[in-house]
Formats: sequence, structure tokens, C-alpha cells
Amino acid sequence: MTPLFEYLLRLGDDRLVLGHRLSEWCGHGPILEEDIATANIALDLLGQATLFLRLAGAVEGSGRDEDALAYWRDEHEFRNLQLCELPKGDFGFTILRQFLFDAWSVQLLDALSRSSHAELAAIAAKALKETRYHLRHSAEWVQRLGDGTEESRHRMQSALEELWPWTGEFSYQDEVDQALHAQGIVPDLTALREPWEIMARDVLTRATLVIPGGPPRMSGGRFGRHTEHLGHLLAEMQIVARSHPGARW
Amino acid sequence: MPDPADRRAWAALESVLDPEVPVLSVVELGIVREVSVEGDSVTVKVTPTYSGCPAMQTIETEITAALQAAGFQRVTIKTVYSPAWTTDWIADSAKQKLRAYGIAPPGSVAASPLVLLEGPSRQVACPFCGSPNTTLQSEFGATACKSLHVCHACRQPFEHFKTF
Repeated sequence: MTPLFEYLLRLGDDRLVLGHRLSEWCGHGPILEEDIATANIALDLLGQATLFLRLAGAVEGSGRDEDALAYWRDEHEFRNLQLCELPKGDFGFTILRQFLFDAWSVQLLDALSRSSHAELAAIAAKALKETRYHLRHSAEWVQRLGDGTEESRHRMQSALEELWPWTGEFSYQDEVDQALHAQGIVPDLTALREPWEIMARDVLTRATLVIPGGPPRMSGGRFGRHTEHLGHLLAEMQIVARSHPGARW
Repeated sequence: MPDPADRRAWAALESVLDPEVPVLSVVELGIVREVSVEGDSVTVKVTPTYSGCPAMQTIETEITAALQAAGFQRVTIKTVYSPAWTTDWIADSAKQKLRAYGIAPPGSVAASPLVLLEGPSRQVACPFCGSPNTTLQSEFGATACKSLHVCHACRQPFEHFKTF
């Protein structure tokens, strides 16, 4: 497996898995506008996942397309952040996770839009435009719910205490990143950490939320180590494709 | 002066409407990047509006059908992503059509900061009465490309094709 293939799986799997989690709100949103908004954002993420995984398949060169990569890999072959696979929780948890991810994603996609790999840069530039809308939406909700009622603030604070340690994995890097960074294809993730944190702290402070101390959680998603939740998610996501291989409609 | 076969291909494309905004053709929407004709073969380069746009597959099927009906035996559609589509590619005449259809058209994509977390979103005039006294109801409407607004002058809810 080449570093570029691995990296594209990371980008694609984050969006595939988080998009699936968001789609679980379809028909269950707290208000109609949010039902529609979460479904729209899920669709954007699935579209981005499609583009990244399609490019991954082309780079790999063994005939796997985006569907083969989405439906026919098992849990240990997925490269998404563990943050993305956590169950959707309540709406506060969902929107706070979305905010943390969107803010990171804007930094990463902006850097990738200047990649020396033309096709990767084009996809990143497209995805960045969409993600800026997502971020505006999630940041607004974080502030409204954090600086809201006693109940909403309590729920947002609990969600932040659960979610914050998982964000350590955002800037996890290994030899995959190093090889690609040396060629100008991907950025140094540790350099994106600070602008991300400034943005996150700004919004969370305005939301009157308190960022917990303590160490980040152990990471593992980038090399296929996941929480117990991913397997259940994949079972649901992959069952139709695997029950009817090659089906068309 | 374009070649007659080129003109025939463009005319066929102008008959293909966006299934979600059926007053605009794919040409007016600005998603057709390039058309090249060789004998009875034609290659069309298209670019998606949003990466997850569910209408793209329908649009490609309809483009193929329209070009075949115009006499092209072999139709190839290629998807290109760069430069990324923006609403600035929507023709001015098409923006008038959007307004007449009841959708407030997008403004121009000004150079904006990487992230605009707050502050007023840009003022959108009501497509029905023209009043600027409107409020954003939701950033996400019936499709990814549209947001929901309400006009305080004529009390009409309306959609806005997001500036993107």
C-alpha cells in the first residue's frame, strides 16, 4: 500500500463514517430545519468521501472503486478518526462533534487545496467550500446551546468532556504523512493544530463551555484500531451491498 | 464561427434542464466546461455543483440522451473538479430566470475570509416583492444549494440559491 492510498483512505473514511452517523438523524431531527440540515451535510460528506475513495482506488490501481472500498473492507481496514465513529448521542453531542470536526476539516482542506497533487488539490478545494458552510452552521448551534438554558448548557458541557480527549487524534502523524509531506502533497498536521485550537477555543468560550484538562485519548483509527462502535456501524452500512453483491437498481 | 456540429451539440445541451431547478439548463448553470466534437462522437466535460449533488447522475443520463437525439452516436461524459464550480458561473440571464421562478439568485462570490463564523450573512432581497427586509431561516433548504428565508414585507417564505 502506497502512502498516498493510505492517506486518501483516511480522508475518505472520516467523511464516510461521520456522514453515516449524521444520516442517522434523518427523520429524527429535533426540528424540521435541523432534520434537513443534517441530511444535507451528510450528503456533502458522502459526496466528498466518494471523491476521495474513488481517487484512492485509482491510485491503488487494482480495480477497486469507491463502492468496493466502502462496502467490502472490514473494520480493521478503515482509517477514520475514532471521533467520527462514536454513536450520535443527543443533538448537542452530534452538533458539538460536528463543530470540532468541521473546524479541523477547514484547516486541513485549506492546506490540501495547495497540494502539489493536482487532483487531490481540486477535490480539497471543492470540499472546503462546502465545509465552510457546515462550520458556520455547527458553530452557531454550539454557541446557542452552550450559552442557552441550564439544561442545554449542561448537556453541551457533558458532550465536550466526552469529546475533547478524542480530538488529540486530529494531528496524529506517522510515516505516511512524512513521506507525502516531503513531496509537498500534504501539510504538516502539527502546524494546523494551533489555528484549529484557536478557533475551537474562541467558539467554545463564547458558548460559555469549559474545556476539560487531562491527556488526549490513545489514538488508533489511522492504523485500523477502532472502538467497539465502528463494527456495528459498518454492519448496518454494508449489509445490503454484501447480501446482494453486484446488485444494480 | 463555431462549427455546425459544435452548435448542434451546444443546442442539445441547452435543452437539458437541471432537475432540481427546472428553469435553468445545464449550460446556464455553468456546469458544462468543454464540448469537443469529432465526427459523430462528442465528449462533454462537466463539473458538479456540490460533491454530493444527487442530481448529477440524472443530469449525465439526460445529457447523453439529448446528444444522442441530436445525432451523436458516441457520447462520453467526463467529470472535472478543477477549477471548482462557483455560483459566479451562473449566467446573469439565468439569475433573472431564477428570480422569476421565486428563488433569490446568488450574489457574487467575493474574496472572503477562510471562515466567517458570525456577523450578518449577506442581505438577500425577496424574489417576490424585492424588499431587502428578510431573515435567514435555515442555511440548508430542500437541496444543498439552497437556503430558506422569509420576507417581512410580503410575509412570503422563499428559497435562496446560496452564494457558493
